[in-house]
Amino acid sequence: MQIALFIEQILNGLQLGVMLFLMAAGLTLIFGVMGLINLAHGSLYMVGAFACAAVAAATGSFWLGLAASLAAAAAAGAIMEVLVIRRLYDRDHLDQVLATFALILVFSEATRWLFGSFPLYLDIPPLLQGTVPLPGGSRYQLYRLAIIGVGIAVAVGMYLLITKTRLGMRIRAGQSDRDMIGALGVDIRLLYTVVFAFGAALAGFAGALVGALQSVQVGMGEPVLILAFVVIVIGGIGSIKGALVGAILVGVTDTLGRFLLPQLFGLMMPPSQAGLVGGALASMLIYIVMAVILAVRPQGLFPAMKG
Amino acid sequence: MKRLIAASLAALALGVSAVSAEPVKVGLITTLSGGGAGLGVDARDGLMLALKNAGDAAKDITVVTEDDGQKPELAVQIADKMIQSDQVDILTGIIWSNLAMAVVPSAVAQGKFYLSVNAGPSPLAGPQCNENYFNVAYQNDNFHEAMGQYANETYKNTIIMAPNYPAGTDSLTGFKRYYKNTLAGEIYTQVGQTDYAAEIAQIRASGADSLFIFLPGGMGIAFMKQYAQSGVDIPVIGPGFSFSQDVLPAIGDGAIGVKNSASWAKDLDNAASKKFVETFQAEYGRLPSIYAAQAYDTGSLIVSAANKASVKDAAAFRAALKAADFESVRGKFSFNTNNHPIQDIYVREVVKEGDVLTNKIIATAFTDHGDAYAEQCSLK
Repeated sequence: MQIALFIEQILNGLQLGVMLFLMAAGLTLIFGVMGLINLAHGSLYMVGAFACAAVAAATGSFWLGLAASLAAAAAAGAIMEVLVIRRLYDRDHLDQVLATFALILVFSEATRWLFGSFPLYLDIPPLLQGTVPLPGGSRYQLYRLAIIGVGIAVAVGMYLLITKTRLGMRIRAGQSDRDMIGALGVDIRLLYTVVFAFGAALAGFAGALVGALQSVQVGMGEPVLILAFVVIVIGGIGSIKGALVGAILVGVTDTLGRFLLPQLFGLMMPPSQAGLVGGALASMLIYIVMAVILAVRPQGLFPAMKG
Repeated sequence: MKRLIAASLAALALGVSAVSAEPVKVGLITTLSGGGAGLGVDARDGLMLALKNAGDAAKDITVVTEDDGQKPELAVQIADKMIQSDQVDILTGIIWSNLAMAVVPSAVAQGKFYLSVNAGPSPLAGPQCNENYFNVAYQNDNFHEAMGQYANETYKNTIIMAPNYPAGTDSLTGFKRYYKNTLAGEIYTQVGQTDYAAEIAQIRASGADSLFIFLPGGMGIAFMKQYAQSGVDIPVIGPGFSFSQDVLPAIGDGAIGVKNSASWAKDLDNAASKKFVETFQAEYGRLPSIYAAQAYDTGSLIVSAANKASVKDAAAFRAALKAADFESVRGKFSFNTNNHPIQDIYVREVVKEGDVLTNKIIATAFTDHGDAYAEQCSLK
């Protein structure tokens, strides 16, 4: 039984990890190419979840909702880039943080104005409901397995996009030398908008997938945003590979910490106290990991190359 | 000089003859933005509806409303502003205990009345109780105690879970005050946690015959959805907050069958409750939650006291509040020595009526239940 529980927890960690990867990939891409810190990335996650819940409620189809979440988040991202973000590339990071923080407030209140203060309902599509057996006799939720699969597919897709396509080449070029790629005649403004919309779509996609597991409500993006920042700092800011490794590391560490630490303390103190102490330490664990990694490798695990 | 005395005498006479015409100004501080806004909106709507339903009896009561954004520092600023520039007589509306602890002690020290529509932190029921502080909702432990009592009679091996913060540990303490059978485990989660896969795996492996959870707001929605999807079939029990009318639609069918405790449900059989549910639905187009019910009672209490005594005469108004001479949607309602409710607490079950998820009362956990802190309070 213990082995089955352990396998289940590893899968839970992986699932949290690929979820964080979808968020962190967009965040790190935007930082790598445009040098922009986007605090409002969590709002795009929320936009995706609300779009999916609203469309799924109206049409009865989760899949249409998923498509809507991609479209809505990409559109919100593109509009945001053209109206606000574009003016921030040459400013310092403090200005970017202030402006994108303001965007969080704008998005939150606009969403409340549109959808009200009460959380929305979004369910798992019928196709992915139910559980599958695991070795060791336990069962695992099909939907969470599907999320792991989708996350891996997105990671592979992004690798191919960035290494094999013309767009990927331009993104890499933009990462290494922004001025030169402009001088070579690439429409840098369009490239920025496309990259931003792409990052936004990934965040919205993550929001929609998670929305079916959690509560779709205003402010749902901010806790994930904090974890996503931890991921990209661990992985090396600007590096997609770092985001993937960092996300899996954070996901698995967090899940196993929550599961194992209370049991560890349970060996030496009463269960009630062990739960409190273990739980408190588990919530610090990923930040401790981040601190250790930064002490050893201040640039993160996979520092992005900068020209 | 003579004329001045005459004029003040006349004014005095006028004032005495028209007690009920004394205007009462109520300051409503509640959460109308952010993740907890659903609760504040229901509380505001409930209180305003009580004043509207009271008709002429409430015509001299005015309400100023401000949003605290669920932030203690903001709530303190608003309370200061309401006391100093709006000159309110009564403050009310705060949902969260940490905000109440920041606002209530200084407000009552300035001679204002505070009526709680929801938060009931233990210090305010015990050592820091105050003659001007009335709690119309419950003491925080009450619903958890009721579930402990119910579990004690029904189950043998319960696993319990709450977020790791003061209200969470208080919840489990309250539960354990009445639950005396074996505990299959105690799990503390992070505050604001959204993914419970790790905890659900532990619950599945625990061998418990029931699960008690206290996960307010979005945490409860996320947990219940994931729990229902996970295929674990250990029955869930918990305080009514996680299964209140405001969150049930978001949880969906996963909530059906959950037993939870509260001081009110919409099928409670009394005239005040029926009128409340009918008028609430007509006015706002949705079913009221427990927060709306408590705020509605708070509104009715203010109306009843304002028609008995002048709010400027603190002693008389205090006595009028303490008499609790209003028609409560909870049927019977009275104040304990520490100005906290003595009331029945029910066990409810989540059911589906047509397309709507709601709660139905299935048992009474406590009759005329007070709280564990009253004896630490110096009020008589």
